[in-house]
Amino acid sequence: MPFDVYLNVAVGGLLTGLVYGLMALGLSVIFGVVRVVNFAHGEMMTVAMYIAIVLFSALHLDPLIMLVPISVVLFCFGYALQAGVINPFITRPEHSQFLLLVAIAIIIINVLLIIFGPDAQSVQTSYSYDSFQVGKLIVDATKLYAAAAALAVAVALYGFFQFTAIGTAIRACADNYTGALVVGLDVKHLYALTFGLGSACVGAAGVMLVLIVDVTPSLGPAYTLLAFVIVITGGLGSMPGALLGGVLIGLTEAMAGLIFTPSAKSMFAFAILVLVLLFRPQGIMGKKAA
Amino acid sequence: MFSRLFENVSRRALVLLGALLIGLFGAPLVASDYLLTVLILILYFAYIGQAWNIMMGFAGQLSLGHALYVGLGAYTAAALYVHFGIGPWIGLLVAVPVAGLAGAFIGYLAFRFKVGGVYFAILTIAVAEFARVGFDHLTWTKGSSGLFLPVAQYTRNDLWLLRGQPVMFYYILLVAAALAFVFCRALLQSRIGYFWLAIREDEEAARSAGIDTFRYKMIAVVISSAMTSFAGVIYAFYYNNLFPEQVFHISRSIEIILGPIVGGVGTLFGPIIGAFLLTGMSETLIAALHALGIDIPGAKQVFYGFCLLLVIAALPDGIWPWLSRRIGLSEREK
Repeated sequence: MPFDVYLNVAVGGLLTGLVYGLMALGLSVIFGVVRVVNFAHGEMMTVAMYIAIVLFSALHLDPLIMLVPISVVLFCFGYALQAGVINPFITRPEHSQFLLLVAIAIIIINVLLIIFGPDAQSVQTSYSYDSFQVGKLIVDATKLYAAAAALAVAVALYGFFQFTAIGTAIRACADNYTGALVVGLDVKHLYALTFGLGSACVGAAGVMLVLIVDVTPSLGPAYTLLAFVIVITGGLGSMPGALLGGVLIGLTEAMAGLIFTPSAKSMFAFAILVLVLLFRPQGIMGKKAA
Repeated sequence: MFSRLFENVSRRALVLLGALLIGLFGAPLVASDYLLTVLILILYFAYIGQAWNIMMGFAGQLSLGHALYVGLGAYTAAALYVHFGIGPWIGLLVAVPVAGLAGAFIGYLAFRFKVGGVYFAILTIAVAEFARVGFDHLTWTKGSSGLFLPVAQYTRNDLWLLRGQPVMFYYILLVAAALAFVFCRALLQSRIGYFWLAIREDEEAARSAGIDTFRYKMIAVVISSAMTSFAGVIYAFYYNNLFPEQVFHISRSIEIILGPIVGGVGTLFGPIIGAFLLTGMSETLIAALHALGIDIPGAKQVFYGFCLLLVIAALPDGIWPWLSRRIGLSEREK
């Protein structure tokens, strides 16, 4: 196979990887602050995907334009979920939280199944088949837009955490729960805010993935798992790590799909996870003693 | 050994246990074919739940990938039978070590490098998913098109080759579940059991008390995975078909652990109660929705999800600790 085929696939994988990274970022933010493992992460993403599909097929609203409104909807969903359902479970053992989120995931998947049926749906935009050509390199326009948007959302989130008062307060909660309580922070509200932000991230990622993949209600668990693999590979709690992990996994999956067979590509993502756990358990960008 | 098994067991507990056993033993005499298949499912989950509980409930290691061991057991025994005509009981001699080794591999990776808690759970899912995709491409076991065992209309039950009617599988699983229960009780009463509980409660403290935590966590994983693979062998010969998509899928792993968590993690009766309640609930929902004329795919699971939510919200420790207080066994069972 000529070299430029590899290059094209690699660039495609890299761009998809950035969107994966944004999805994983949501998970990382939630776990880093609230210390709850969101086992319904991929399922929440499918909710955003279906909203995008409905808006597109009914009102012809372009998913990339609806990125912000849908993220806001997911933010509210995440906020309500944390404030209403998950909050009492904060101090409970992991398996108890796990069961709660699995129950939520089961409900989401099957409500989507009841409403939309099991068939795959997709969005065909006017630019679905557009591409940019740079020399021998052909870049898929959809993937490029999606990756650029993912990067923009990630940068915005980073800025929020670093430079705003609420962002600083949330980081304080993550660093020292008791200390945050002592200085009078409304931890419950901040936790819900964080869960909402994480949900907004995965919502945004979902809207962009709608342009790239076909959507079925049962898509959730695979993406939940993918988000975990990425987050652990990149380093839990590290925002650049999540993006880097996403790019790495996206690249690996694309190359594995090209060299071996597409159906075996997720095996390589898991192999990377095992390698990372073996040699660098804290993740590529993670700090020691996670 | 045997005297210690009955130590601290109240007469009331013994009577209840005896009644349960006699009831289950006689159930096939009165149960319809449909009810029997439900009971088989319940015993199957009770058995695996008990095995999973050794790892999570006793040693405190959360495994979310137990479908891996079911699948390895099922595929090993079935492939040996299909390719070489080797019966399941001999196949078991290969299947159990294979699953035990897989467990040891995961345990070694994780415990050697201090991968704990959520990380460990994700690792177990990842290895199970790895196996699922791997078996999809393994031609020796027919890949994603599925491995089928030859079936015929059986008039008599061949216990040696596990070819026969559901009632045979019912009794095999009943014996297995009962033995698993006794075995777990014995483990809890033994030195290892106390070490496990110490590790579960506070690993640092256990280590400083001189417990070789690596070793005992490894023992827990290997026992649990080896026990689980037996259920896999039975699964293969009961259903007669195996698909990687079904056997290794993460939803299978979740199914396995819902019972013991709902029933009560770390308790001996938890896995049993959980299996009865969840499988019973699931079947009742099917019947109820059918009676109401609701035939929407997914409706049952939505109700199931909400029931799960209610149970976990109302009884954080599971049903058994609450129930045992109700029936006056609480100081005895913990």
